[in-house]
Amino acid sequence: MLATFKRELGAYFTSPVGYVFIAACMLISGFILHGLVLLRGSADLSPVFMLMFFVILIFVPVLTMRLMSEDKRQKVDQLLLTAPVSLTAIVVGKFLSAYAVFIMGVCVLPVYGIVLSFFTTVSWMTLWGNFAGIVLLGGIYVALGLFVSSLTENQMIAAIGSMFLNLVMFAFNPLANEVSKFVNDFFQFIPNALRSISVFDRYRQFTLGIFALPNILFFITGIAVFLFLTVRVLERRRWA
Amino acid sequence: MIEVQNLSKNYGSNKAVDDISFCAEEGEILGFLGPNGAGKSTTMNILTGYISSTSGRALIDGIDVLEDPIAAKRQIGYLPEYPPLYPDMTVDGYLKFVYNLKKCRLPRNSHLNEICDLVKISDVRSRAIRNLSKGYRQRVGLAQALVGNPGTLILDEPTVGLDPKQIIEIRSLIKKLGKNHTVIFSSHILPEIQAVCDRIVVINKGRIVANEKASTLAAGLSENASLRIRVEGSEIETKKLLGSIHQIKRVIPLRETEKGVFEYEIEPKKGEDVRREIFKKLSSRNYPLLMMKSNELTLEEVFLKLVTGDIYGNMKNKEEK
Repeated sequence: MLATFKRELGAYFTSPVGYVFIAACMLISGFILHGLVLLRGSADLSPVFMLMFFVILIFVPVLTMRLMSEDKRQKVDQLLLTAPVSLTAIVVGKFLSAYAVFIMGVCVLPVYGIVLSFFTTVSWMTLWGNFAGIVLLGGIYVALGLFVSSLTENQMIAAIGSMFLNLVMFAFNPLANEVSKFVNDFFQFIPNALRSISVFDRYRQFTLGIFALPNILFFITGIAVFLFLTVRVLERRRWA
Repeated sequence: MIEVQNLSKNYGSNKAVDDISFCAEEGEILGFLGPNGAGKSTTMNILTGYISSTSGRALIDGIDVLEDPIAAKRQIGYLPEYPPLYPDMTVDGYLKFVYNLKKCRLPRNSHLNEICDLVKISDVRSRAIRNLSKGYRQRVGLAQALVGNPGTLILDEPTVGLDPKQIIEIRSLIKKLGKNHTVIFSSHILPEIQAVCDRIVVINKGRIVANEKASTLAAGLSENASLRIRVEGSEIETKKLLGSIHQIKRVIPLRETEKGVFEYEIEPKKGEDVRREIFKKLSSRNYPLLMMKSNELTLEEVFLKLVTGDIYGNMKNKEEK
């Protein structure tokens, strides 16, 4: 696990991908901070976290597209799968490497809080709640991207595929809103079910300052499910 | 030690490997010979646990690859057909990664230095793999297989893409490694297998067609070795002269190699040694014998014979073309 983690983390910074991701996170969150917080004279960072949802949705696939697909294309998977390590260790190592780069990217967000705290009082609990939310959200998107990457040999397909799935997961929310308008009370369980698996709904609760255990468990379960599916994909390829 | 028992692998209805069994003893170099698509790589991928078999078992030092894959993989160093390299890493970084991946416990620096010296890549250790030539990549791939000093080495066409000098180096390296490793080594370059291996398994269309000691395989199939001779003197006379030797079954004139010098193929009767008779007959006429060599089957011919059941038909077709 440590070997793949170190190797992939190193790869992010021998290529420009890691730097570009971190720089993009800083730049875009900086714009949002300027527009929605500083110009309004507000000290509430929640809008920044809220909008970062969409940034992450698009940028995380770029981070994960290479992880599995490139191994297959370069035939390095023959080394990994014939080494005396379990598939889970390989998958978790790769997940953690992309996750680490993601966390480096979003680490700039609490720094804004520190900067603001020189001029005004900052609600630290809300800020850390928000930060926990974005870290968990990133986890589920990184795991999903890793899973999609394991399905193809082509990086672009992996990136576009996981962006698409990220959008689908976001779309559960507007879909639920539309559905609830058209169904009678008896069928309200359908939009409710859609909302309960909507990443956006769960994440929004963090930005509203609600730090609820079910939401945390939702994200952790989601990460576990996608990692499990990735292991199954590798396993299935062996039996094909 | 490697044991393969009734191994089969189907891709749909296509049988890539069909019920093969063989065994490589401790410290033996086993050559795996077959045309492209015969199932060599598939067998090796099953042995290393990269893909599963449809039926049958593969045992590495008595450990079933499917039952306890991690313990079995610890015994194996594998060089696949395409060396599994990360082009963005340096050779040194890559070997350290492999060292960590295999959870190797030997002293790291001295172990890696030793391997790099052995496969002669010490001078490129700080270079990025993407900038290496094919020959160097192949050797980095071999170095990777040697990390952790596994008891069994599985090398899939390790000399492909190397220049002749490197091929000789790698061959002698494999011979050296064969002294304290079990080596399975595939190739379709026949003299190579002949030069390196103790035992040869010939595989065609997923089936084993021969599994014998390297020396017996060639000898057993070439008992009717023909002779090729060059004689200076009239072609018709020489043919008549040789035809009068009763141990000779057939004399086939081939061509004129120099002015007045003709080449013949002599097919003796089964089990007869006609070399002395030929010399005596020719010298009685004062026809100088300029060359005589035994047409022992090369492994290539052995191979064709095993695979097609008939070498001469095939060889002649080739010559006609």
